[in-house]
Amino acid sequence: MLSFIRKRAFASLISLIGLLVMVFFLSRLTGDPASLFLPVEASAEMKAEFRALHGLDQPLLVQFGQYVGNVLTGDLGESLRKARPALDVVLEAFTWTLWLAVITMTLVTVCAIVVGSLAAFRTGGFFDRFSSMVSLIGASVPDFWLAIVAIVVFAIQLSWLPTSGTGSLSHWILPICVLFVRPFGIIVQVVRGSMISALSSAYVKTARAKGVKAGPIIFIHALRNAMLPVITVIGDQAASLLNGAVVIETIFGFPGVGKLMIDSILQRDFNVVLAAILVTAFAIFLMNLVIDLAYALLDPRIRY
Amino acid sequence: MADHLLEVRNLSVDFYTGTGTVHAVRDISYHLDRGETLAILGESGSGKSVSSSAIMNLIDMPPGKIASGEILLNGKDLFKMSSEARREVNGRRIAMIFQDPLSHLNPVYTVGWQMREALKTHGISSAQAQSEALRLFKRVALPEPEKALDKYPHEFSGGQRQRVMIAMALALKPDLLIADEPTTALDVTVQAEVLALLKELQRETGMGVLIITHDLGVVSEVADRVVVMEKGQLVESGTVREVYHNPQHAYTKKLIAAAPGKGEMHEPHATGDAILSVKDARKFYGGFEALKGVSFDLKAGETVAVVGESGSGKSTLARILLRLEEADGGTAKWKGKDLFTMSPSDLFKLRRDLQMVFQDPTQSLNPRMTVYQLISEAWVIHPEILPKAKWRERAAELLDQVGLSPEHMGRYPHQFSGGQRQRIAIARALALEPKLIVCDEAVSALDVSVQAQVIKLLDKLRRDMGIAFIFIAHDLPLVRDFADYVMVMQKGEVVEFGTVAQVFDNPQKPYTQALLAASLDPDPDVQAANRNARLTHRPENRSRFSKSTMRI
Repeated sequence: MLSFIRKRAFASLISLIGLLVMVFFLSRLTGDPASLFLPVEASAEMKAEFRALHGLDQPLLVQFGQYVGNVLTGDLGESLRKARPALDVVLEAFTWTLWLAVITMTLVTVCAIVVGSLAAFRTGGFFDRFSSMVSLIGASVPDFWLAIVAIVVFAIQLSWLPTSGTGSLSHWILPICVLFVRPFGIIVQVVRGSMISALSSAYVKTARAKGVKAGPIIFIHALRNAMLPVITVIGDQAASLLNGAVVIETIFGFPGVGKLMIDSILQRDFNVVLAAILVTAFAIFLMNLVIDLAYALLDPRIRY
Repeated sequence: MADHLLEVRNLSVDFYTGTGTVHAVRDISYHLDRGETLAILGESGSGKSVSSSAIMNLIDMPPGKIASGEILLNGKDLFKMSSEARREVNGRRIAMIFQDPLSHLNPVYTVGWQMREALKTHGISSAQAQSEALRLFKRVALPEPEKALDKYPHEFSGGQRQRVMIAMALALKPDLLIADEPTTALDVTVQAEVLALLKELQRETGMGVLIITHDLGVVSEVADRVVVMEKGQLVESGTVREVYHNPQHAYTKKLIAAAPGKGEMHEPHATGDAILSVKDARKFYGGFEALKGVSFDLKAGETVAVVGESGSGKSTLARILLRLEEADGGTAKWKGKDLFTMSPSDLFKLRRDLQMVFQDPTQSLNPRMTVYQLISEAWVIHPEILPKAKWRERAAELLDQVGLSPEHMGRYPHQFSGGQRQRIAIARALALEPKLIVCDEAVSALDVSVQAQVIKLLDKLRRDMGIAFIFIAHDLPLVRDFADYVMVMQKGEVVEFGTVAQVFDNPQKPYTQALLAASLDPDPDVQAANRNARLTHRPENRSRFSKSTMRI
């Protein structure tokens, strides 16, 4: 197990380095921060001074070398916009995103498993058809449209909830509900399919022949076997939330890492973009490791 | 009159499918008493498992439906009980074991957990369930029972898994045990042990046993009475002796006649030089030596049967001869060239001469190709055999040769029965005009009556076309009817090699003797005599059996 973690960590390190190289050079191709940050009438000297101050006058390779050196010592540079360490800015935003993702995915997982399992238990029944319809709509409805409609209905017309921003618990409700819909729709479908095959398996027949009750058959015998493909999809959906739900965070003015990244890209705040990418990539690497370990935990036949 | 333990009266079960209603069983009746063993004998599709599923309430409704009839357990109609009451009956009063214990045990829980669940479901406390599970594991003679409780199903051998299933089924001392093809997936010596264990436990508990099987040998070994089913109907019933010696129904007669192992044994007749000469073939998987130096010769028109239990290396031998895997030592001379070290271009030519027929035609035929495409694919790869204009004509000829009609060319494999599919696989092998066909358990998955037809076909091909066969099988009676030579393998080694008559009539090695002794005869009288002989030699035989299973 330990050697597996080590192997995975090494493989991920290589992809992290690749990612770093790509993002560093790509972001340098998109324009000059000096002309963006300084007023339009700034003189060439002022721009040169600005570049010198931030090391932007060095050759790209030198800048990259310095950057990698700094990353290794934990220094991800300063945010140009906020004049604070980029890592601090990113971690602050990432905390918001992380909470949003964790709460949403926990709700999604629990609801999708219960609904998908019950739908699979009586295939073709009313509940199955109803939940299939709901989940299909959920998986296909555009989230930005849903977000706007939700704001219009619940925040503006009914005035039950705030339109955007943060501050109280009620600020969380709309973003979570909107983010919930698509992963829920997708995962219900996966749970249902996986549970149908698990429930028709031979070991379920054995359990019925032993006289085991319906509840334990569904949620103990079949579910654990059915979870493997489900976990893959949960991980996939969680990753897209961890990356920052850019559109939703922007619509709700939620100070997460998705919104931060978009703002930083628009303002050429390179250090923040790079730090954000590193932090989210690292988080996704950790999550994938957890998923691999969950496989082994759920299925004793999988040993690393 | 006291009630029978189990009485099935006029049971009919229908299944509603997209294309219409299938009458799975029609108006069948039978009964079973305490301490008695009743066998339901039938081939695939006969509906032999349906009535037991109805007893256990395992039929999914819909699409299934009990169209009529009643099932009485100790005089009480199961169909009139609530589903909760029937759940209580399952496991407590009636228990069931299945053909394939690997897929019937939940792969993600330990067998101990599954044992305890069987007990706790019916109201036994956790502590008691634990000690009871241990006692049962000891009773079914699982090695290291304490440790076994914490293992997962995949960590056991097939025979051990079936022992786990039996222990679990007997946990609550049921009145009735239903065994659905309990030994079909097991090696012969393991089969003999499992059946003996079932008999022993039946004597101890006095339970009734309902055994569902396609194998006349199993019937003659364990059953008191037998009912024969064909196409959902019960065609004959009686004591095992009556039915075997004096079958009334045409189907029963056919079934008994088709049982292998009664024909004339072949005398090797082939002359000339060996076309294949294998010397000291070896194969390693990591540090494990799967083949420990196997040698034999094969002449044109000759059949060598390779028999042995799982893990004996017989399939490995087939794979390295066909170069599906590389040998790690030895030589195999084919027309003077060593096929283990042949160059890729030579090997490509060799593929024409060496063909293989696999165990499961459902898997070995591409489901999205028509029969014509399947057969002619060989000529696409080896265009020198036949000009394209003649493909249709030749494919029709081949189909005719294997007993199928040329009209079948446009159909897909799923439109055929299992036996027909295996014929298609044989026709495909013949398309390349091979000199040697390796049959890896080629008839094991087929019904007995179909088996006999396919064997007859292979025998004809050998006589008419001089094709040599390497016939890998675990079923000894079949081998006896078809092979010239028999090679008995155990743990990667050749234990015994000789003509069929030598090996079957006068086996020299204890392992061969054990294999033959464990093989079941369809004749109940012969089987009873074998059993008695086995019992008198028991001390010696027992130790050898248990030793071999410990290592399997």
